[in-house]
Amino acid sequence: MVWEEHTVTLQEEVELLRNIPMFANIEPSKLKLLAFTSERLTFGDGDVLFEEGDPGDSAFIIVDGSADVVIQTPSGPITVAQLGRNHIVGEIAILCDVPRTASVKATTKLETMVISKDLFFRLIMEFPQIAVAIMRELAERLEKTNAQLRAVSN
Amino acid sequence: MERNLFKFILNFSKRQQLVVLALAALSYPIILITLELPKAIVDEAIGGNTRWASDLFGIQQGAEADERIPFLLILCFGFLFFVVLSGAVKYVLNVYAGRMGELMLRRLRYMLYCRVLRFPQPHFKKVSQGEIIPMITAEVEPLGGFIGAAIQIPAYQGGMLLVYLAFIFMQDVFLGLAAISLYPVQLYVIPKMQARVVALAKRRVREVRQLSDKVGESIGGATEVHAHDTSAYERADISRRLDRIYKIRFTIFKWKFAIKFLNNFLAQLTPFFFYAIGGYFVITGEITIGALVAVLAAYKDLNSPWKELLNYYQLQADVRVKYEQVVDQFDPPGMLDEAIQDADDVGPDDVKGDLQAANVTYSEDGRSKTVEGVNFSIDLDKHVAVAGGGGSGKDDLSLLLSRILMPTGGTLSLSGDRMDQLPEAFTGRRLAYMSASPFFFATTVRENLYYGLKHRPLREPEYDEAGQKERSRYITDAASSGNTDHDPFADWVDYQAAGVEDEKELDHRAIEVVRIVDMADDMYQLGLRGSIDPVARPELAADILKARTALRQRLEDTDQSELVEAFDREKYTENATLGENLLFGTPRDGTFNVDLLAEHEYVRRIIREADLNDDMVITGRQLAETMIEIFSGLPAGHEFFEQYSFIGSDELPDYQQLVARTATQEPADMRPEDRLKLRSLVLKLTPARHRLGLITDEIRAKVLNARKLFADHLPDNLKNAVEFFDPESYNGAAALQDNILFGKVAYGQAQAANKLSNLMGEVLDELDLRETVMLVGLNYHVGVGGARLSAAQRQKLGLARCILKKPEVLVINEGITNLDGASQRRVLESLLEDFKGRGVVWTLHRSALADHFDQVLVMKSGKVVENGTYDELNRDGTLLKELIDSE
Repeated sequence: MVWEEHTVTLQEEVELLRNIPMFANIEPSKLKLLAFTSERLTFGDGDVLFEEGDPGDSAFIIVDGSADVVIQTPSGPITVAQLGRNHIVGEIAILCDVPRTASVKATTKLETMVISKDLFFRLIMEFPQIAVAIMRELAERLEKTNAQLRAVSN
Repeated sequence: MERNLFKFILNFSKRQQLVVLALAALSYPIILITLELPKAIVDEAIGGNTRWASDLFGIQQGAEADERIPFLLILCFGFLFFVVLSGAVKYVLNVYAGRMGELMLRRLRYMLYCRVLRFPQPHFKKVSQGEIIPMITAEVEPLGGFIGAAIQIPAYQGGMLLVYLAFIFMQDVFLGLAAISLYPVQLYVIPKMQARVVALAKRRVREVRQLSDKVGESIGGATEVHAHDTSAYERADISRRLDRIYKIRFTIFKWKFAIKFLNNFLAQLTPFFFYAIGGYFVITGEITIGALVAVLAAYKDLNSPWKELLNYYQLQADVRVKYEQVVDQFDPPGMLDEAIQDADDVGPDDVKGDLQAANVTYSEDGRSKTVEGVNFSIDLDKHVAVAGGGGSGKDDLSLLLSRILMPTGGTLSLSGDRMDQLPEAFTGRRLAYMSASPFFFATTVRENLYYGLKHRPLREPEYDEAGQKERSRYITDAASSGNTDHDPFADWVDYQAAGVEDEKELDHRAIEVVRIVDMADDMYQLGLRGSIDPVARPELAADILKARTALRQRLEDTDQSELVEAFDREKYTENATLGENLLFGTPRDGTFNVDLLAEHEYVRRIIREADLNDDMVITGRQLAETMIEIFSGLPAGHEFFEQYSFIGSDELPDYQQLVARTATQEPADMRPEDRLKLRSLVLKLTPARHRLGLITDEIRAKVLNARKLFADHLPDNLKNAVEFFDPESYNGAAALQDNILFGKVAYGQAQAANKLSNLMGEVLDELDLRETVMLVGLNYHVGVGGARLSAAQRQKLGLARCILKKPEVLVINEGITNLDGASQRRVLESLLEDFKGRGVVWTLHRSALADHFDQVLVMKSGKVVENGTYDELNRDGTLLKELIDSE
C-alpha cells in the first residue's frame, strides 16, 4: 500500500475558499481559521456525500474530483448537475434548517472540505464581518434570481 | 459478643497474658540489681566502705588502689551486664505483648467484619457505611495497642514502681515517704482533670464523625447544591460544625497543658524534699552520700513508671467505653445464625418439587406488613411471573423467595425443607437472586461473572518452598487470631456447579451466557480495546498477528488501503504526530508521555544527535506564528482553542511575546526554555490532519534518522518504557484493535472508522477469533462499583452472573429495567429458553411480559390476589389486565 501524501496545504485551501463567492469578501486570517478548523474528507468513487431528504448539517467544498447532483423523480433518479473543483454544495443547509433537496454522489475520487453548520455559525457569531459578507452575497443572489424571474415573466 | 473488654481479653489471651506476667516478674530482681550496683560502686569501690559487694569479693576496709581498681571494673561491667539484660528482657516482653495485641486486634476486626456479613438485611438501611467502616478500621486501632499492654503495663510498670520504692525505703524510710508524699494528691487530682479531657475527647470523636457524615452528604448531594444555589448555606453549616470542634479542641488543649504543668511541678517538688531531707541526713551522717545519689537516680526512674501507670489508668477507662460503644453497634437484633453461614451442606443433588408459601408475612418494623398472609405453591421446573403495582409487596416477596429476607410469620419451604433453616451453602448455590441494581466488585468482568461460583477454596495453589513456608506461617497466625485460614489465592471456582470441567470450558460457557444476556457486542468492543500479555498468551498473540495480515490483505483486495496508514519503519507516518513518528512505538508507562516528550532528557539528546534541533525550533516558531494569526481574534476561553489550537488561550500572550522576542534570533541564540516550548509544539504536529505544510521532506528524513537513533541507543533502564512498532510481532502495550490495525486511521477518509470496524469484524469472523476477542473483553476492569459499565450493562452482567452458576431457581427482582424494550424481550426469551426445566420467579416491572410465563401471581397490598396462567388471568376485570392496560 502506498500512502498518498496530502499535497494541498492550508494556504491553498484559503485560496480555494476565496474563489467561492460566499467567502470572497472575508479577510484572509478568518478564512485561514475557517480552513484550519474545517475537516478534509475524501470520498471514493461512487460514495454518497448525502442523500436527498437527509437533515443537512454541513456544506462541502470540492477540492478535487467531480460529483453528480441527483434528484429522485417518479420516473427514477435524474442527474441535474455536475460539480467540480471550487464548487460548493449543500451551503443552503448550513444557513437554514431544510432537509437536503438532492443527493450528491462522487463520480471520481473526491476530495472535499467540510464546513459544518455548527462551526460556520460559531464563526459568524465571533466575527460579524463574515455575516455581513455573506449577507451581501445572498442579497446579490436574490437580486440575480429576481432578475431571472423578471426575464421569465416578461 | 463479649461486652466487657477485660472479659474479651481474658477469653482469648489468658495464656499469653500469664506469660507476660511471668516475664514482667523476671525483670524485677534484675532492676533491683541495677539499682544496688551503682550504690556499691560509689560507696564501696570508690568510697572505700565495705558492705555486701566487698564481702563477696573479699575486699578489706582500706584496701590499696591496685586491689580496688579491678574491683571497681568488675562492678562497673557487672552493672553494664545487668543494664543490657534488663533491656533485653524488656525487649522480649514488649515484642511478645505487642504481637499478642496485634493478634487480638486482628481477631477483633475479623469478628466485627464477620458480624457485618451476618447483619440482617434491613439493618443496612439504618446504618451508614460512614459509621461502620471507621469503627472496624480506625476506632478499634488503639484497642490493639491497649490489649497488648492490658496486663503488661500494670505488671511491669507497677512492679517497677514497687521495686524502686522498695529500694528507696531500704535506704531510708523518710526519703521513701518523701518520694510518695505527693502521690495521694496526684491520684486524686490528675484523674479528675483527665476525666474532663476524656469526656471532651469523646465529644470530639462524635463531632468529627458527624462532620465526616456531613461532608459525605455534601458530596452525595453536590448536584442539589449547585442546582439550588445552596453552597452558602452548606458552608455556613460546616463553619458551625468546625467551630464546635475548634472549641472542644481548644478546651482539651488548655486542660492538657494544665495537667502537664501540675505533673511537672509535682515531679520537681519531690527532689526538693530529697535535697532538703536527704542532704540533712548526709550531713548528720545518718546515710551515705552514695545512698543519696542512688535514691536520686531511683527517683528519676520512678517517675516514668508512675506516669505510665497514670496514663494506663486513663487509657483503660477510655478504651473500655470505646470497646463497648463499638460492640454495641455490631449486635443488631435478628442477626443471621453463624451455623447457617458456616455449614457446608449444599442440599440434595436434585432439588425437586415445589416452593410453598404458607401464610407468609413480612414486616420490617413489626407494624406495617409489606407481605401479608401469602399462600401459594410454585413448581420448581416452571417459570413464574409476579406482577403488581408499586407497594404491592412483590419486591419483598422476591427477597423472601431467595432467602435474602426471612419471613416474620408463616413458612416458606423449598421441596419440603423450611427455607429459614437452610444453610447459605444451599440457598446461595441452588438459588440465585438478581435485583435491578446488582453490585459489582472493583475487578474484571470475568471475576465478577465467576463471583457466584466461589464458595469454598477448592484447589490449593502450588507454592514454591518459600511460598510453602509463608503459607504455614499464615495458617498458624490465622489460627492464633481466630481468623479463617482459607487461602484467597486458591482456586475457588466451582466448575462442576457451572456444569463445566475446567477454566477453558467455563470461559466458553461465559461467552454463551454473555450472548443470552444480549451483551456479545459490548464484550467484543471491550475486547478490541483490551490488551493482552503476549508472553503469557503466545497463541492469541499469533492469532492477532494473523488478523493483522488478513486485514491488510482485505484492505488491498477491496481497494481501501487509504483508510489506514500502516506503520513502516522506513517511512514517515503522515497521520501521526511528529512525536509519535520519533518514538515509533507505544509508551508502556508515563516515561515517554507524548505531552511531555520534548522535556525528556533522552529525547532531547536524540533530537540533538539527529540535527533536528534547529529545524524543530524554526518550524515551531512558524507554527506558533500561524496559530497566533488564526486564533488571536478569538475571545479567551473560546472552545476552538480546546478543539483545534496547539496553544491554549491563556498561553497565547506568552507565545506572542516569544515570537516577537525570537523574531530575529537564530535558534542557537534563543533562551533554552523558548527552544523547548517551540520543540514541544512541533512534536504535536500531524501533517495529514493539520495540513500546514510545515513539515518539509528534509525534516521527515531527519525524523526517520532520529527514530533509528532513538531505538538503537535506548539505554537499558528505558527499554521497558516503550514497545516499538514491529510488523512481525505483537505489541503488548497496545490494544488488540491497534495491533490488528497496525497503523493510523487516515484523516479525511469518509466513514473510515465505520468501514474499518466492519472490515475488522469480517476478518475476525473468518479467522474464528470473535469469541477470543470477547474473552479478552472479560478482562475489562469494571471500576469501583461497576462505574465503568453502563446501567444496562450492569444489569446484563448481573443476570449473566446468576445464569452462570446454574441455579435450580432463579429469582429476578425486575432486573432488566434499564434495557430498551426490544432488548428486554430478547433477554427474557433467551433466558427462559436456557432455564427450560428449571425454576424462574420473575418480578416484572412491565406486566405485559407475563405472557412468557407458565404461571402468574398478581399482588396487591402485600397479598396474592390472582394466581393462574396468563391466559386465565388476561381477561376483563382482572387486576393483571388492569396492570397491563395501564402501562
